[in-house]
Amino acid sequence: MLLFVEQLLNGLQLGIMLFLMSAGLTLVFGIMQVINLAHGSFYMIGAYVGATVAASTGSFLLGLLAALPAAALAGMLVEMLVLRRLYSRDHLDQVLATFGLIMFFNELTRILWGRQPLFMDVPRWLSGSIELIPGVPYPSYRLAVIAVGILVAVLLYLLFTRTRIGMQIRAGASNREMAGALGVNIRLLYTLVFGLGTLLAGLAGVMAGPILAVEAGMGESILILTFVVIVIGGIGSIRGALVGALLVGFVDTLGRAFLPVLLRLVLVPAYADGAAASLASMSVYLLMAAVLVWRPAGLMPSEGLGKK
Amino acid sequence: MGKRLLMALCAAALLAPAPALAMQPVKIGMITTLSTKAGYLGEEIRDGFQLAIDQEGGKLGGVPVDLLVDDDAAEPEKAKQIAERFIQRDKVKLMTGIVFSNVAIAVVPKVVRNDVIYVSANAGPSLLAGKGCHPNYFNVAYQNDNLDEVVGQYVTDAGFKKVYLLAPNYPAGKDHLTGFKRYYKGSIAGEVYTKLGQSDYAAEIAALRAAEPDAVFFFLPGGMGINFLKQYAQAGLNQTIPLFGPAFSFDERLLQAVKDAALGVKNGSQWSQDLDNPANRQFVAAFRKAYGRTPTLYASQGYDAARLLGSALKAVGGDVSKMDDLRQAIRKADFDSVRGKFAFSTNQHPVQDIYIREVVKDESGIYTNKTLKAVFTDHSNVYGEDCKMD
Repeated sequence: MLLFVEQLLNGLQLGIMLFLMSAGLTLVFGIMQVINLAHGSFYMIGAYVGATVAASTGSFLLGLLAALPAAALAGMLVEMLVLRRLYSRDHLDQVLATFGLIMFFNELTRILWGRQPLFMDVPRWLSGSIELIPGVPYPSYRLAVIAVGILVAVLLYLLFTRTRIGMQIRAGASNREMAGALGVNIRLLYTLVFGLGTLLAGLAGVMAGPILAVEAGMGESILILTFVVIVIGGIGSIRGALVGALLVGFVDTLGRAFLPVLLRLVLVPAYADGAAASLASMSVYLLMAAVLVWRPAGLMPSEGLGKK
Repeated sequence: MGKRLLMALCAAALLAPAPALAMQPVKIGMITTLSTKAGYLGEEIRDGFQLAIDQEGGKLGGVPVDLLVDDDAAEPEKAKQIAERFIQRDKVKLMTGIVFSNVAIAVVPKVVRNDVIYVSANAGPSLLAGKGCHPNYFNVAYQNDNLDEVVGQYVTDAGFKKVYLLAPNYPAGKDHLTGFKRYYKGSIAGEVYTKLGQSDYAAEIAALRAAEPDAVFFFLPGGMGINFLKQYAQAGLNQTIPLFGPAFSFDERLLQAVKDAALGVKNGSQWSQDLDNPANRQFVAAFRKAYGRTPTLYASQGYDAARLLGSALKAVGGDVSKMDDLRQAIRKADFDSVRGKFAFSTNQHPVQDIYIREVVKDESGIYTNKTLKAVFTDHSNVYGEDCKMD
């Protein structure tokens, strides 16, 4: 039972991490109608800049503070230099161009930082573990990740429902021609939205730095799950991204944790281990398939889509 | 005795006219992984190999060589194309460098059938040691199971009774656990296969803690190992359940990205930078001077591959058309390995001592490995009996 609670926490933490990634991606996808495969690269940029600054100053917080603008600026630069030329193009062109960007950024990090993965540690004040429930020690850093994720969700909610810029973004998502005709500077808005999306990816990257290997190409492994999340949640919907991310986090974690045990009840151990491993890696995609059959537009599709 | 004298005379006779021919440098084809996340592995092998060439001023065994390097991006298809080009266009007779076993399995059988000698400086899949062995295939590094076998033996000797196993869900993952189990005599608390390339191990670590093993053996190469080690330490388990593994997650370059989280972990390797023999002392110092970093085991394998080829080139006087003589010369392994003792088994894999090392932090703050003891002496591999060479 305690193990189950712990695995739920693990699932929540993975889900939160995925939410940070998918919130940005779904914004860009939903509002700008751009498929951005290079989203993982901004995650990587966040992690690299965070790790470098943290290593040279010795402060995790400074690393975090440096990583956010770095990822946002890199994102806005890419939007202005590359994506702007692709809005009127086909999705396939966008996929090709942003796939090229992945390679570009991976090689760039190798040139700038070398092939060796970087080191980034948990800040000292978050290095221990906390017993939330007696008998379940949980690393405090992972709890901090959960807290940051919830904070971001709340801030995004406030941004979209309570501010002028949020209103403009929603208007742009619903009908961009009309929003433009009513005097919203769509160009600037797109740059800002893209910057916000990459900032969130950079935040996810720098938060992942102490847990994961900071290395070139680290963005691709999370990118696929991120796409799964926004397809499940409904493209363009932040709320959908939150629900989808948590679902994927729970299904993936609980599948990995308990499928081997469950399968051992019905199969010989030698087969159970192999089958469980394969099934666990499939579980997320099975979930996606099931959701798509049940609700082809995702769980919480954004209202604006389809009126393009 | 007389025979050896005769051979020495022959060798001398071969050597003598060599310079008069204004020798073309011997081409050596190196297919290795230089891009992707695993690119540093190929970089190490190449740098180790190049160091041996540079130390002789562009020669190996006194024979001028031309090292052709190309990147396979860890893809079997790409490696095949490079091999074809080396054979067809460059008329390469000697090849080396492949990092990954799946790439080696795709490339090596074809290469050796084309009358090219392949000396593996890393990958040692069981297929190429057993049924797929070939007179033209040599492995100067290890057979894949070796570094797990040594840990299995060590863990058994140290009295651990309940070990938890963890590896990625792909053929090499299963092979490595099989290698461990071959010498481990206790019970198994759990055997978990994770997704290849997985980054978050929280679920596995929680399940592992619940199984209450007295030790953990894991094979997670590259970034997966970094992720696992960091998360294992963050869960506080490195203080309570000791970790063991083959050397692949503990090379000097990965360790700088893991730091304290890897301290104290014991791992199996056929080489370590602190092995006390003249060849190794010289190699480690020269490598540090040339590249400004501590060599990893991959670099030591690249260096040994170059020196082995050097010894053979010397024996045939740089004439690579004498394939029989060349093979025979390689089989003798007449070079000073940085591992000390070194010989080839009948299936042309190393017979060598294998050690248990511990991850430590040295005086200058660099994370590296300290040799604890030689667990196996003159250790070979179990696949020799499947190997029928003719």
